[in-house]
Amino acid sequence: MKAKMTALLGWVDARFPLTSTWKEHLAEYYAPKNFNFWYFFGSLAILVLGLQIITGIFLTMHYKPDASLNASGVPVAFASVEYIMRDVPWGWLIRYVHSIGASAFFLVIYLHMFRGLLYGSYRKPRELIWLFGMVIYLLMMAEAFFGYLLPWGQMSFWGAQVIVNMFSAIPLIGPEFSLWLRGDFVVSDATLNRFFSFHVILVPLLLLGLVAAHIVALHEVGSNNPDGIEIKKKKDANGIPLDGIPFHPYYTVKDILGVVVFLMVFSIIIFFMPEFGGYFLEYNNFFPADPLATPPHIAPLWYFTPYYSMLRAVTVNFFWIDAKFWGIVAMGGGVMIFLFLPWLDRSPVKSIRYKGPIFKTAVAIFVACFFILGYLGMLVPTPMRTLVAQICTVLYFGFFILMPIYSQIDKCKPEPERLTG
Amino acid sequence: MKKLFFTLFLMPLAVFAAGTELHLDKAPDKTRDMAALQRGAKVFVNYCLNCHSASFMRYNRLRDIGLTDEQIRDNLVFSDDKVGDLMKTAMQRAEAKVWFGKAPPDLTMVARARASEFGSGADWLYTYLRGFYRDAKRPSGWNNTVFENVGMPHVLWELQGQQVMGQDHKLSISKPGKLKPEEYDALVADLVGYLQYMAEPMAETRKQLGVAVLIALGVLLVFSYALKREYWKDVH
Repeated sequence: MKAKMTALLGWVDARFPLTSTWKEHLAEYYAPKNFNFWYFFGSLAILVLGLQIITGIFLTMHYKPDASLNASGVPVAFASVEYIMRDVPWGWLIRYVHSIGASAFFLVIYLHMFRGLLYGSYRKPRELIWLFGMVIYLLMMAEAFFGYLLPWGQMSFWGAQVIVNMFSAIPLIGPEFSLWLRGDFVVSDATLNRFFSFHVILVPLLLLGLVAAHIVALHEVGSNNPDGIEIKKKKDANGIPLDGIPFHPYYTVKDILGVVVFLMVFSIIIFFMPEFGGYFLEYNNFFPADPLATPPHIAPLWYFTPYYSMLRAVTVNFFWIDAKFWGIVAMGGGVMIFLFLPWLDRSPVKSIRYKGPIFKTAVAIFVACFFILGYLGMLVPTPMRTLVAQICTVLYFGFFILMPIYSQIDKCKPEPERLTG
Repeated sequence: MKKLFFTLFLMPLAVFAAGTELHLDKAPDKTRDMAALQRGAKVFVNYCLNCHSASFMRYNRLRDIGLTDEQIRDNLVFSDDKVGDLMKTAMQRAEAKVWFGKAPPDLTMVARARASEFGSGADWLYTYLRGFYRDAKRPSGWNNTVFENVGMPHVLWELQGQQVMGQDHKLSISKPGKLKPEEYDALVADLVGYLQYMAEPMAETRKQLGVAVLIALGVLLVFSYALKREYWKDVH
């Protein structure tokens, strides 16, 4: 039996790089041995992506992207989601996993990105990994935005309305662009159908390709670590990094532990608090979309609120162009500025462990601003709140724009020769 | 470092004073009381379903709250609907719009949709259904403390009687109804319990399954931790 399996493997290997791929990416991919808590979130992101795809396949079987009203005056799309929740066997579980999975995905990705920020994982030679990752993040935002329209609730409808209308503030092409994106003069059945198409095929396809590129690039240069030093510099006689351990089985068994802990937290939310106080499922979205009744307060889900705050924080018309346009610039810039991080950080060391007090303070201010902006983005603006949002927006951008200066003058500690654990 | 972070994070929160408040009475929890849910279902089909649909809810789903198909058919289905049909209303939406200014909304999800930072959807409904008062300025003759200028007249007025709003913005009964105030509150609590059940009928299943899933994951946690320790014991 064993001989036959070996023969079969030989047959495949002569035609497809099965064993060599296994070795290159798992059994003989040497990862630093001191990965800590922050390093669980990469594998968890892949897990959540898988969950979203599997649950998404089943939801697509029963969901109907149709904005017309049924006999009871409820939009068909909204009714089909409730049909999934009530009449499809296990539909409620599939739907909760998918909609709460979106929040879980962002949570995991924010922590994954923060890890990169802490340990300088974006620095040379990992710039491309960071760029691919950022494009994944942008695509996730698009995916979440398109997907949020599909239940066709009040927040789905008015959220899409606000965001699509926002683009009409772009000078010259804005109004035409909004119309083109919407496919109609208001968010309508045409919008719902195209967003459905983007959500189930266009964006997932791009996402999968980029996730593959992200991992291939990572395995080409090797993983960074909490010390921010290159383990490939110190190798043994066989060319294996002294501080490296094979990804499989060491990190596969460790990541299994991470997966189980994650699933426990995820299950607590799904089974005992699926709305999560209105943060993961907005209460207002249990009302079907009504194009004639604007809700008094429109707020996006929590993962967009820091940027939504920046959008609302810009209240001055610069250069005779509407403040709304500069708001979009701030919002888009707030997301895009992460792309430049590999070239903004001029510190001689990568990891926060060896960076000086200025950088540590800057990161603390940045994180605080991100949380405050996120919190403010959920609330109705008042003059006081807008002022705080403006201060936080300036500090947020200051963190990036001033980085080439403060990262160079900062007093860094010397990096160790070998990993410190 | 951590201190700095917390000061930066918490300090600005103090400046965000809350805006308009909505005071809601806490609804008694009836979601596990089968008899109360059955009474609530009866009130719902008798008083609400004439105008409001519950178009995601099937009559025979009421087996969840301890009823048989026969009981449902004999006591709760008044139209010529079948027991497997959705709870639809006979009222025409176009006509309803003329009568009330707005077609009565579907009520299947109302207990989830009305939740807010001021309280649960059940609290909102419990306060709303006890908050109708006479108001000559309204076309229907009724107004409501939590839903200002509501289109719906007080359908349960025969039971509760009529309330008026005094100068102190407090409600008092001006004409008693068939029920004593505490009996009326109990009836509303049953109805709200039913609406809560109907908004998420799988809620109890969900919680029970959740316990089983967490126990299973707990077992898996022990094994995966042991596995990780075993593999990692030679890594220093």
